[in-house]
Amino acid sequence: MRIFTLIRQVLDAEETVRVQNNAVALASSKLVMDTMDEYGVEEALRLREQGAEAEIIAIGVGPARLQDALRTALAMGVDRAIHVETDLALDALALSKVVATLASEESADLILTGGQQADWDSHALGAATAERLNWPQATWTTALALSGRTLTGRHDVDEGSETFTLDLPAVITTQQGLNEPRYPTLPGIMKAKKKETRKETLDRFDVVPTVSFERAEIQTKSRKLRILDGKDPQAAAAELINLLRNEARVIA
Amino acid sequence: MILVVAEHANGKLAKSTLELLTAARSLNRAGDVTALILGSDILAIAAEAARFADQVLVAQTPALAQYDPELWTAAIVQIAREGEAHTILIGASRSGREYSPRVAIRLDAPLLEDIISLHDEAGSLHAQRYTYLARVTESISAKAPIIVATIKPGAFAPAASLPSPSEQWDVDLNLPTARLKVTGKTTESTDRVSLTEADIVVSGGRGAGTAEAFTALIEPLADRLGAAIGATRAVVDAGWRPYAEQVGQTGKTVQPSVYIAIGISGAVQHLSGMNKSKLIVAINRDAEAPIFKITDYGIVGDVQQLVPAILAELKK
Repeated sequence: MRIFTLIRQVLDAEETVRVQNNAVALASSKLVMDTMDEYGVEEALRLREQGAEAEIIAIGVGPARLQDALRTALAMGVDRAIHVETDLALDALALSKVVATLASEESADLILTGGQQADWDSHALGAATAERLNWPQATWTTALALSGRTLTGRHDVDEGSETFTLDLPAVITTQQGLNEPRYPTLPGIMKAKKKETRKETLDRFDVVPTVSFERAEIQTKSRKLRILDGKDPQAAAAELINLLRNEARVIA
Repeated sequence: MILVVAEHANGKLAKSTLELLTAARSLNRAGDVTALILGSDILAIAAEAARFADQVLVAQTPALAQYDPELWTAAIVQIAREGEAHTILIGASRSGREYSPRVAIRLDAPLLEDIISLHDEAGSLHAQRYTYLARVTESISAKAPIIVATIKPGAFAPAASLPSPSEQWDVDLNLPTARLKVTGKTTESTDRVSLTEADIVVSGGRGAGTAEAFTALIEPLADRLGAAIGATRAVVDAGWRPYAEQVGQTGKTVQPSVYIAIGISGAVQHLSGMNKSKLIVAINRDAEAPIFKITDYGIVGDVQQLVPAILAELKK
């Protein structure tokens, strides 16, 4: 079987977001593999280590520098990568067309992708890809096992969680709690250099973004930043309650 | 028509549905604002919805007793086609954000996801949404014969009721069989006010110390303030609190009038779930904690001493 693990490259969570010319400026920022996608890579590797005979392929759609994130996936243990190179920012629905096309061509059985993208804060990629392929999906998965062609797992829903079973082919979206992603080892990094990354261009996928992006703004709410010293707990507590009651007037 | 997919739980229309109806009305697009109710025991919910929507479509069948992304997709797509909907509004709940992309793909419609504002400008829909873990506000737009949008809870005021109830129509659906088989369900419920609807949230992090200390510190304060209880991912992962209380990227997004963060350092993933709160209060022993950068009123000090002192002060 074949497992796709989708790789998106996003701003490192520790980096400050900057906006220039009405768009988020990333050129001089540190970018990393989306943490949510790391869980997907790790889970694919674990399913194989637990007995699934699988080829694991990292899929990335994005600019040239995305190859760094794909190389990380290869160093973690993924077998090969496909990089559809484009500078166009694609919304999740447009992106899902590329992924679904590759999944059909490569006869993928399972697609793993992050539950929420750390840049567009979107949840849509997994479900949109599943719909294009007419596959079922389980989102926000926190446990997963594969026996034959049946997945069992647990995932989060509106209130609480569910256990489920699902037959392949399927799309699974991943999140924190599913596993602890491994770090690439030195032998892994050496081996990754010999692994294949197939480059493709976006043209043949006939992708048209459906949502127009107009501008980005950082609207930081101005905060009062009144920070009290708590060395005298009673005095600090009294001052805080005074502020809440008489300045902000939010409590009785 | 403007199709609004009603959200409901425990036999009641959710507040989010009334917010969707406000968004639908504010568009001033042609056609009835139509609420679609999906479920197996929904007549009371439909009657409630009839007080707010121009018409109510009732799809009551045992097959819809339990939410499933593919069943919901099939139902909504069929109704949208038969009713010639040009706009479909869905709540940006976990479930709404899970099935809405399928609806959009099947209808060949753009998806405006998790939006906080929406207006029609010469037939094209303009919206705003938070991105980069809720640190950036982006403006987006789409123009198409049919558009799907998911609306962030709390972004719109709840709709006011109509002078007289509107008509309700039963609808028949052709539904597929669910491929995701649910084998067990853990529902986390609480007697407290719901986290996403609460006016005040008292939230705790690892700085509370232990599960017992969390309970001893946070619960009495929340009780005193009539607040909901929130928690960080670390606290939930440690098993101190149920997942239903988790605030942040992988939990709930809240925007109460007052958010009180106790022993929370403020990882960006947590901040993304609460940084739109109107007033933020933080108590933490580390003056350099990132939470203090977005705090209105803060105290640097020992939470074990400060929280009881605050409680004592509130009782004065």
